[in-house]
Amino acid sequence: MGLGERLVLKIRHLERPGIAPLDLDLAEGECIAIGGPSGAGKSLLLRSIVDLDPNEGDVSLEGRARDAMPAPEWRHRIVYVPAEAGWWADRVASHFDDPALAAPLMVRLGLTADALDWQVARLSTGEKQRLAMVRAFLTAPRVMLLDEPTSGLDPEATAKVEALLHERRSEGVAMMLVTHDADQAARMASRHFQMAAGVLKAMGPGAGS
Amino acid sequence: MIFITLSYWDIAIAGLLLIFNAGLSMAFQLGLGQRLLIAATRMVVQLTMVGLVLKALFALASPLLTALAAFVMVLFAGREAMARQDRRFEGYWSYGIGTSAMMSAGLIVTVFGLTTQIHADPWYNPRFALPILGMILGNTMNGVSLGLERLVSGAVLSRNAIEAQLMLGADIGEAMRGVRRDAMRAGLIPTINGMAAAGLVSLPGMMTGQILAGVEPVEAVKYQILIMFLIGGGTGFGTFVAVIAASRRLTDARQRLRLDRLQAKSE
Repeated sequence: MGLGERLVLKIRHLERPGIAPLDLDLAEGECIAIGGPSGAGKSLLLRSIVDLDPNEGDVSLEGRARDAMPAPEWRHRIVYVPAEAGWWADRVASHFDDPALAAPLMVRLGLTADALDWQVARLSTGEKQRLAMVRAFLTAPRVMLLDEPTSGLDPEATAKVEALLHERRSEGVAMMLVTHDADQAARMASRHFQMAAGVLKAMGPGAGS
Repeated sequence: MIFITLSYWDIAIAGLLLIFNAGLSMAFQLGLGQRLLIAATRMVVQLTMVGLVLKALFALASPLLTALAAFVMVLFAGREAMARQDRRFEGYWSYGIGTSAMMSAGLIVTVFGLTTQIHADPWYNPRFALPILGMILGNTMNGVSLGLERLVSGAVLSRNAIEAQLMLGADIGEAMRGVRRDAMRAGLIPTINGMAAAGLVSLPGMMTGQILAGVEPVEAVKYQILIMFLIGGGTGFGTFVAVIAASRRLTDARQRLRLDRLQAKSE
């Protein structure tokens, strides 16, 4: 079987306060885009999939049920990159198990390798976003849930992030992309969804752009 | 041994100092006069009642009544520790965690002290058991309430940092480590500072009391050192139990941070 045929993430009856029960499938290497107004429940949906908040439903990754897997292992394979990343140490380098592995990815995203020695408190929004992305890539996830990954970036940096995401997709990583940018949704995703008041709706082909 | 009994007249003269304070408050319009007098009256009434209760308990020397008095002391300590929390757990958890931590720490350390070091006869003799429990509880209560406060506020403030680690596949113990360590430190530092300053900056109250009662200073000091060790042990153990129990309640089996189990911040 080629890319796009094998199911990676299967969601059935996922439910939590603020979100109507929903079903969703994600195939290997597929990217879907989710749009919708702020407060519609997009981030709640992503948080539920990685099990950061209590929620009901059957979620499985490559046939393995979420409940049968320890939560850290689950979150290691399905990595969620929130719109505003958290930092738990003063220096950038302390956020990477092996900073040497981070350096090449940082350079590809338009950062310099000395950024590892910087203080987190002095990073710009765009720098934080790209570093959080690097951190997520290094866990070698099967699925990436990306919450407005380029909202703080200029077009040039956005293109670099998208190129890296495309590359991972061709390696089979599936993605859910929350974005307010219709052009980005059109560039990145094969299926488009809209979320409003906790209800996720599929849009017709091309409707998202 | 020379023990000087105070007459009620002596106490009344000392009380004049407070009347003087109240006068100052009125002169400078501090608005504290009434609060000062109420607090002073409460102190006099509460202590007088405790004196009478202790007198009765000592005379009866009943294990059951002594245990009951100890239990009531723990409940009051639990209430006080909870009242100091800005953010509390939903339901009875706030009260339960603090109270059970103090109960276990107070009980274990007091019984340990009474049976192996002080050798009171009988070991539960209320004249030894209750004052020692009181000193241990008072300090443990500070440690427990500081530790819980720091743990909960740390988890709320560091939510993004904790969840960022979880999102990358860290386990919850790893993600909470910093907050838990800060909470333990916050609980223990007053005890460490108290030991470091003892004798130089302050003469501990119990030792001073024994000296006033006519005990040789060296003997009083020995007692004080023993009590300091018991207090240190009780505070450390109680803070540890409370912080571990509360951090379990703040997280769950799916290794999530459960801030939804906290009530809204009290104003």
